[in-house]
Amino acid sequence: MSWQPVVLWTDALIFSLAGLILFAFSRKHPHGQLHDAWQRLIQMPMAVASGLILLVFVVIGLLDSLHYRPQLPAQPGHAPQYSVEVISVLDTLLQPLREHQEKTYSAPLATRLYVKETMVQPGGRVLRDYPRLQFGGASLLHPQQDWQRDVTNRIMRGSVIGVLFAALLAAVGAGLLAMRRKCGLGALYRQLLGENNRLPWRTALTTLTILSVVIAVMVELAAAYHVFGTDKVGLDVLYNSVKSIRTGLLIGTLTTLIMLPFAVLLGISAGYFGGWIDDVIQYIYTTLNAIPSVLLIAAAVLLMQVYMEAHPALFDSAAARTDFRLLFLCMILGVTSWTGLCRLLRGETLKLRELDYVQAARAFGVSDWRLMWRHILPNLYHLVLISVVMDFSGLVLAEAVLSYLGVGVDPAMQSWGNMVNTARLEMAREPVVWWPLVAAFSLMFTLVLAANLFADSVRDAFDPHGRQR
Amino acid sequence: MMAYLIRRLFYAVPILLGVNILTFLLFFVVNTPDDMARMHVGRKHVTEQAITQWKVEHGYDKPLFYNRAEHGVSSLTDTIFFNKSLRMFALDFGASDDGRDIAREIKTRAGPSLAIAIPVFVLGLLVNVSFALMMVFFRATYLDRLGVVTAVVLMSISGLFYIIAGQYFFAKLWHLVPISGFAAGLDSWRFVLLPVLVSIVAGMGSGTRWYRSIFLEEMSKDYVRTARAKGLSEWRVLFRHVLQNGMIPILTGAVVVLPLLFMGSLLTESFFGIPGLGSYVIDAIQAQDFAIVRAMVFIGSVLYIFGLWLTDIAYAWADPRVRLS
Amino acid sequence: MNRIWLFVITVLLAGCDQHVWNDPYPAHDSGANILYSSFEERPKHLDPAQSYSSNETEIISQIYEPPLQYHYLKRPYTLIPQTLSAMPSVTYLNAAGRILPHDAAPDSIAQSVYELHIRPGIHYQPHPAFALDDHGQLRYAHLSANDWRHIHHWQDFRQLGTRELVAADYVYEIKRLASPQVNSPILGLMSEHIAGLQEYADRLSVLAQGLPENAYLDLNRYPLAGAEVVDRYTYRIRLKGKYPQFLYWLAMPFFSPVPSEVDRFYHQPGMTERNFTLDWHPVGTGPYLLSENDPNRQMILTRNPNYHGDNYPVSGEPGDAAAGLLRDAGKPLPFIDQEVFSLEKETIPYWNKFLQGYYDLSGIGSNSFDQAIRVDAQGQPQLTDEMRRKGMGLATAVTASNSYVGFNMLDSVVGGVSERARKLRQAIAIAVDYEEFISIFANGRGIPAQGPIPPGIYGYDDSGADFNPVVYHLVNGKVERRPIGDAKRLLAEAGYPDGRDAKTGAPLVMYLDTPAAGPDAKAGFDWMIKQFAKLNIQLVVRSTDYNRFQDKIRHGSAQMFVWGWNADYPDPENFLFLLYGPNMKVGKNGENVANYQNPQFDALFDKMKYLDNGPERLAIIRQMVDIVRTDSPWLFGYFPKAFGLRQAWMSPTKPNVIANNTLKYRKIDPLLRQQLRKKWNRPVLWPLLALGGLIFALLLPAIWAWRQRERSVAK
Repeated sequence: MSWQPVVLWTDALIFSLAGLILFAFSRKHPHGQLHDAWQRLIQMPMAVASGLILLVFVVIGLLDSLHYRPQLPAQPGHAPQYSVEVISVLDTLLQPLREHQEKTYSAPLATRLYVKETMVQPGGRVLRDYPRLQFGGASLLHPQQDWQRDVTNRIMRGSVIGVLFAALLAAVGAGLLAMRRKCGLGALYRQLLGENNRLPWRTALTTLTILSVVIAVMVELAAAYHVFGTDKVGLDVLYNSVKSIRTGLLIGTLTTLIMLPFAVLLGISAGYFGGWIDDVIQYIYTTLNAIPSVLLIAAAVLLMQVYMEAHPALFDSAAARTDFRLLFLCMILGVTSWTGLCRLLRGETLKLRELDYVQAARAFGVSDWRLMWRHILPNLYHLVLISVVMDFSGLVLAEAVLSYLGVGVDPAMQSWGNMVNTARLEMAREPVVWWPLVAAFSLMFTLVLAANLFADSVRDAFDPHGRQR
Repeated sequence: MMAYLIRRLFYAVPILLGVNILTFLLFFVVNTPDDMARMHVGRKHVTEQAITQWKVEHGYDKPLFYNRAEHGVSSLTDTIFFNKSLRMFALDFGASDDGRDIAREIKTRAGPSLAIAIPVFVLGLLVNVSFALMMVFFRATYLDRLGVVTAVVLMSISGLFYIIAGQYFFAKLWHLVPISGFAAGLDSWRFVLLPVLVSIVAGMGSGTRWYRSIFLEEMSKDYVRTARAKGLSEWRVLFRHVLQNGMIPILTGAVVVLPLLFMGSLLTESFFGIPGLGSYVIDAIQAQDFAIVRAMVFIGSVLYIFGLWLTDIAYAWADPRVRLS
Repeated sequence: MNRIWLFVITVLLAGCDQHVWNDPYPAHDSGANILYSSFEERPKHLDPAQSYSSNETEIISQIYEPPLQYHYLKRPYTLIPQTLSAMPSVTYLNAAGRILPHDAAPDSIAQSVYELHIRPGIHYQPHPAFALDDHGQLRYAHLSANDWRHIHHWQDFRQLGTRELVAADYVYEIKRLASPQVNSPILGLMSEHIAGLQEYADRLSVLAQGLPENAYLDLNRYPLAGAEVVDRYTYRIRLKGKYPQFLYWLAMPFFSPVPSEVDRFYHQPGMTERNFTLDWHPVGTGPYLLSENDPNRQMILTRNPNYHGDNYPVSGEPGDAAAGLLRDAGKPLPFIDQEVFSLEKETIPYWNKFLQGYYDLSGIGSNSFDQAIRVDAQGQPQLTDEMRRKGMGLATAVTASNSYVGFNMLDSVVGGVSERARKLRQAIAIAVDYEEFISIFANGRGIPAQGPIPPGIYGYDDSGADFNPVVYHLVNGKVERRPIGDAKRLLAEAGYPDGRDAKTGAPLVMYLDTPAAGPDAKAGFDWMIKQFAKLNIQLVVRSTDYNRFQDKIRHGSAQMFVWGWNADYPDPENFLFLLYGPNMKVGKNGENVANYQNPQFDALFDKMKYLDNGPERLAIIRQMVDIVRTDSPWLFGYFPKAFGLRQAWMSPTKPNVIANNTLKYRKIDPLLRQQLRKKWNRPVLWPLLALGGLIFALLLPAIWAWRQRERSVAK
């Protein structure tokens, strides 16, 4: 089947961010100080473990950012036409989850619907009972007897596959490493997993195994069941929560990405030039800070809706609409959150400006911009990095709150905020529908916890004296 | 010193003006007077005449910034911007779009907001500082590590979760407190209990971590080493020296948020049905009553600036070496 | 953290004697004859000339008494006098002023004159505007600056008075409808009917321009042609032409009495600043008065000591006696002393408090449905065992409202009367499966609509034989939705085989506009998209805020939109006018939001609206319904059914979807309520103890470690 790639605004930004990071890593010798910090970071078990978990989320998020339109079945005599619906590579991978839609609620791993329905028996007798699901556990003939065995089997199989996969990955990695280091596998083993290795290989291996087991079990179960159940209209909750990863990641990263240039430029300029420039910049950020951020966001979101309704032609597909709203939300969150970093950079620049080598460079007539670029900025990298990772988790959590207030992402978009918001009503149901809430909170929790732990490690690695808390 | 503080106070004027113009522009692009009128006139049988009438009655029939029909000063004052926005500098908030006096409303709603915010602030500070002290006391033991991990875990849970879970268990299942609502006077304690508890728990993770790092920084200073060398017990070092010196950053940090307590908590208030300023703002956003939103933005920014000013004082008071340039 | 727990436990133990800890109301009210209910958002208006929303009329209908009311028990809804001594008499006049017979042709009628006669001896609630001083003058009619120094709160008006209700008060209110200071929502509509109202409004606008803000405009000085006082207890209303539906309006708060001294009282300088307005402190003759108005927390209606009295009806429909509805027949009304409305923005706390016994009545939301109701094998809703154990009662009624999806008939794809567009609309009508919608989103609490007229309104056929042949067909004698194949065929005939434009091959994309943004919105969107996907039509849901949505509707730039209508009065005219061409939204600002125009339909409508209910009218209504079924300008959607639960201590109530002044018929048993509340709300203490124990267990190692360290230091 042919397809037509679609690059949404947020896709473009997220991939340029990813590219930027890869580029930064690929440079052989970064600055000495930073290099040491990176070394410290990858020696921390916590950083490695949380980093691996984050990596899984990032990969999912990136897969979900490769959008395209599938081609519609060809019709003779017409140019090929593409679907209006924009889907992502992740959607294609999760095709069964996306398409296995039940009628309404069903519990995790259930084989029957969560609500009773009136059914007409073959004999004409009318019965009110929980009907079988169309997809969940559909292969079981006698769910009552077979369900437990089937689920256990799948979990076992998943675990085995997971462990095997992790082992395979480790073996391939070890083989490659052994070839590079030109030593035997046994020696390598002693080198890597021994007590006095610098790098936490054991942590990495454990995390990898756990991750691959969890994923493999999920895949095994998801093949025949709805792992996290289904929601009100019968959509798979696992699918929804996995799709929400991209939203969370984007809010967490794009917001800082968008605000970064402003914060850095204005912060350094204010600190470096001082005088009226400093006054103006301070005025701008104090004014922005003085407005309660929720109100600013609410106003801006309404503003965006005015714009969208005035230009319906630009937003003709659901993806374009939700994407624009997400991007705009990132921008406005950026506007409300760049001031902290800006002030920090200003203060730090004030100190750096007085340092001898900067004064000396100045005396030699190095231009201001060059000085800022070559001598001041590199000394601020660690601050920027720390503040980016520290902000990330807060932003992911903020998304949920904003959705509750009705000024978050588009209500049609998959996001944890929207899930939690809907789930609040479901919690009041009796019998209670708890799985969407639990699914959303646990994925959000995993991401935020990993991000927090990673951020802690980054801070410890890059700022060992604890200058910034 | 006095002159410095007064000068700082005067800096507030251009900032408030900026806030004012910005919010005014934002909201008037979003909501034209026509929109507002339609929103309030109702849904059925609306006529153009009714819309015009509403605008005249609420003073939205005037030009935004410059009134060509008038002369002299009144060409600037007989405008929406002057009447609706600049008047706030004289603390004249006018009436909300549904015709009620905003200042009066704010006065009555401040009480419930403070009834939540002050206990949360005070108890929260107490709890967080004592936990942080405990962690510092046991630093580098498993208790400290457990504490740090717990704090990170607590931080990573969405605030919404605490509220939902708290309400579900304490109010619904165990019948310990009313589910939501508020009462006038002293009877309100039963309604305040759960929101205060939930807010404290929600803030515990980040609070404890933050105070712990402050104390650890103090611990690494020379005077602590000296005190220890003098043979003071760890307990005394912690309480007499570290806590006292750590109080400076803690208090200056707290002073900034002090005025903002007045604004109430958006989430807690609306979940627990507390008629405070936070839920006032949410209602106003949802009803798109921007007269209220503008007034609250203004008050919020005044309080923010007031907080900054208080911080200046607090710094000067806590640390006389601070140069007041 | 342990300190908090200590605090919590001490405080809770201190409150132990109360026995029930979670009672949101003051302890001394626990045995009182008070009905508890809630309001979701603060009512915008309590002025009878302004309030139109159901949450507002729910309150003011207990306070104000328009001349007519609906019979509590009779169905179909029947108007009876409320403050009148008899039903109004109507006289038709021709252009020359000559009296015409009642069956005169509508065209020949130039004016209808309604004469209304009030019962003497009805008095207003106690109110400062009526208070007299020692000289018999109105005490608070001319407040000076000196007076204001002692008046800050409403309670500071120490003296109260009352006055007899007179015909002039009703006339005054009709004049107020035209006042620019009031801005009544029905002025536009009423000026089409009440003689001289438009001219009157124009005149008042001119007069008001010269006045300062909030100054009193004495309407008594300016006569209105359409409303005149005949004698102390009689007044007349003149309508242009014939408008039989006018009687229904006379049962709505817009036509309540407002004494001119009350209006003058509220327009004194200093009143508005203190929130003393008619919009905030209503004055009526009804069974209740608004004794506390704190819309941030609660509003309280208290029995009006001056109420003229009314009795519980002695007869109703067959079956009412069996349902216990005639238990109190003939007894004096009202039964309940107070109704407390508490602010409850969310449905979840409301439902939970209802289960705990702190609210007396509750609707059933779709989320609490399974807990309260199970549907038996016959498909009939029954209470669950849990609710039965609590002694609850259930009442269901189909509301006089509809919820539909409209096609914008001005749209280039779905609009217009071309065969192509019509078939497209018909195909969609088959594909959007409202039976499923009702079962998922409303738990079966609704009836799929076969046309625009809901049950309970004249013209609705409840025999089950009447169905929309475009969407349904008979299978073995049962009405069933047509199979999706039919829709696909229609779609192909419309030029979109398999959802693709036959000419270009481009996929068909359609747009649904909605202002919905609540937590349930996404599920609704997903469902809609799924329905259109059955036809391979790609649906884009454009959700936006309320103002933008209204803009689009007004400019006719939406394609499809979700809409609904709540009946003003129980007459088919009030639903069919939603499709009447001259009433369209774009350009004419009417309520026909689909902008549907069909000359044949419009001609029938003009005929139908003047007819009294009867075979002739029914035939025309049938014809009109058939036309719109074929044209399908709406997906008719469904008629929501209201399920009401009442606690064991409430006497049975009959749901009334039209009238609002029903508080006076309600009755409770406060002692039973007190007992049950205690029984249902025993505090559960073990989690507190368990939590305390857990915290202690966590602290134990710390204490231990601390002692270890102390010891080592001591060494």
